[in-house]
Amino acid sequence: MCGVAGILDLESGRPVLRAELARMVDMLRPRGPDDSGFHVGDRVGLGHARLSIIDLEGGRQPIHNEERTVWTVFNGEIFNYLELRAELIARGHRFYTRSDTEVIVHLYEEHGEDFVQHLNGQFAIALWDEPARKLLLVRDRPGILPLYHTSEDGRFLFGSEIKALLPVLPAPPRLNSAALDQIFTFWAPLSPNTIFDGIQEVSPGEMVIVRDGKVSRRRYWDWTFPTEARDYWQEPEAELAERLRELLVDATRLRLRSDVPVGAYLSGGLDSSALSAIIHRHGATRLRTFSIGFEEQALDEAAYQRTMIEHLGAEHSDIHCRNEDVGAAFLQAIERTESPILRTAPVPMSLLSGLVREQGYKVVLTGEGADEVLGGYDLFKEGKIRRFWARQPASQWRPLLLKRLYPYLDITRQGSVYLRQFFGKGLEHSGAPWFAHIPRWSTTSLCKEFFAPELAAQLVERDPLAELEAALPAAIRDWHPFNQSQYIEAKLLMAGYLLCSQGDRMLMANSVEGRFPFLDHRLIEFANRLPPTLKMRVLREKHLLKRAMAGYLPPAIVERHKQPYRAPDISAFFGRAATPAYVDELMGRAAIARYGYFDPERVERLVKKIRLGRAVGYKDNMAFVGILSTQAWHRHFVEGFYNNFKRDQRESMLAQPSVVGG
Amino acid sequence: MSTVQIIRDYILENYLFTSDQSVLQNDTSFLESGIIDSTGILEVISFLETEFGIRVEDEEMIPENLDSVDNLVAFVARKKRAA
Repeated sequence: MCGVAGILDLESGRPVLRAELARMVDMLRPRGPDDSGFHVGDRVGLGHARLSIIDLEGGRQPIHNEERTVWTVFNGEIFNYLELRAELIARGHRFYTRSDTEVIVHLYEEHGEDFVQHLNGQFAIALWDEPARKLLLVRDRPGILPLYHTSEDGRFLFGSEIKALLPVLPAPPRLNSAALDQIFTFWAPLSPNTIFDGIQEVSPGEMVIVRDGKVSRRRYWDWTFPTEARDYWQEPEAELAERLRELLVDATRLRLRSDVPVGAYLSGGLDSSALSAIIHRHGATRLRTFSIGFEEQALDEAAYQRTMIEHLGAEHSDIHCRNEDVGAAFLQAIERTESPILRTAPVPMSLLSGLVREQGYKVVLTGEGADEVLGGYDLFKEGKIRRFWARQPASQWRPLLLKRLYPYLDITRQGSVYLRQFFGKGLEHSGAPWFAHIPRWSTTSLCKEFFAPELAAQLVERDPLAELEAALPAAIRDWHPFNQSQYIEAKLLMAGYLLCSQGDRMLMANSVEGRFPFLDHRLIEFANRLPPTLKMRVLREKHLLKRAMAGYLPPAIVERHKQPYRAPDISAFFGRAATPAYVDELMGRAAIARYGYFDPERVERLVKKIRLGRAVGYKDNMAFVGILSTQAWHRHFVEGFYNNFKRDQRESMLAQPSVVGG
Repeated sequence: MSTVQIIRDYILENYLFTSDQSVLQNDTSFLESGIIDSTGILEVISFLETEFGIRVEDEEMIPENLDSVDNLVAFVARKKRAA
């Protein structure tokens, strides 16, 4: 994995300095600790920070075509590069490296912007076409790798992380209040928004094209589902299970391609266990697995992890995460996520990638994406039950099905009437594509009561749900409700939170590359045409995957109830160990009032309630983590702007521009 | 302090995070207004049991007893009379 950055002059007339690119790339050091490279051309500059995984000697970037007219810097992996390379050589292209990067420039020569359709991989690509004077920024289909851009004073800037843009911005960034409103609703901003005002991401499955001083977007791929029953696969279930297994094996096999050893995360759940079993059976080397255990029993999955390790005879390492470990690593995690978060769940993932790196590995396969692609989330079940209930809203027993869904919640004490009240919210919207998401979003939105009156006043005209609705594809209205939920989950929570804040950023914190076989686009496209009943048979989640993998896994793993991955929230900061000093400081009246996003009095009362041990609800936990992370974000990126991002500005401005990179 | 004031202060302090008495009406539904979420109701029950020395049975966990300041006040009064 790597980091990319660059500058294109739109109309400023200022030369692009190599030193500017160097400062941008420096910010991406954890993504690419092994090497860096630059190309400075006429009014354009590309920079690259490298983590060497394929072609350790020759894969230095930027990479160019035969005539040195097409240049690229690239973060990610093209898993089918061997096949593409052979085809391109057969068509007369000459390669000067063995790297996967080089197929990009030659494919582009062959196909223009459509080159991306040929790639199977995870990627963030910047490509400069000198004769056409065109810059392309391209992101992979599901949104595995990040890429951001902004325009500032007649120049277009881009980078793998937002922190790469900051050294070349003249003034501290500002918080985008609409994005904060969206995060406090959906857990993620609506793409291409980010929490940084004026800085956007390249949306998953899209490219941003900069030409003649104009910036445009093009979507080249999206999740799409059948609109007619006959468009679903009609084959018998056994045959579809077979095809699913073949695809998953092939997707895994491609992702084991590497010039360094590849390990796997093992949570003990169905998805990571399935991958581990496939590697065990089809991989060339002994299986090497990594996992995380929690002090809080309710969060810990160690028993299932042991079952799998014994079953496969894997060489295994794990770390035990104490509550206070999360508190200790939280600030640094926010520097990596570059965004407020509502749960601490990303933080332990940075501890896990630290373990991987410590054991000498820099690539891991994970089961991320299986729940979205094959229908694993409780939210999908919840939606199904609530829709069933919405057909007979007066029914006494229909909502009781929800008890089946959450056996780990203390539902007797809460009483079925409360269940009805909570999950019955928005029952009248059973036709809306986001129907299944209403309970989650309405609970999350309650945290907005902590917004400062000035911020709330700015947001009064906004409606995140209407903003989401406007961004949905027109065809979604004609999809099956189950597929509607899948689409929203894949685009919002997965791309906007799980793959970035909890995925890429926590892996990259320790220079570890994640690979995600369930997010192979061939597998997604196949799964999107599976009848919803094969994803969820009554209330059995990921039905077809279970059937496909039954021969590979112990029954205890196949039949276990899905446990959502969670980490300690409030208890990470208030428990046995002393509360970290930064918590008191950032949540104190002075800092809350100075940053201006939240109401100091309310925050003070929340902290007081927590200290009394009275905060146990979801809302208090989410509000606390959301406020603390927003405060931490502000401190590092806004208040700390000059210290953290502009320190060596002076020397760099004096540096000489170089004409050709190395 | 009166039962109604004790309950109002508790709700204001712990769910609305303010001392501003004007933001809470005694007949406001906690659930409909989102003041208390589905887990929050457990905290309210613990509070009633500790503060007023009553015991809340599972079948009493219904909105008619718990879902507004008025309902809570009436419920506590009924429980105390029965004790």
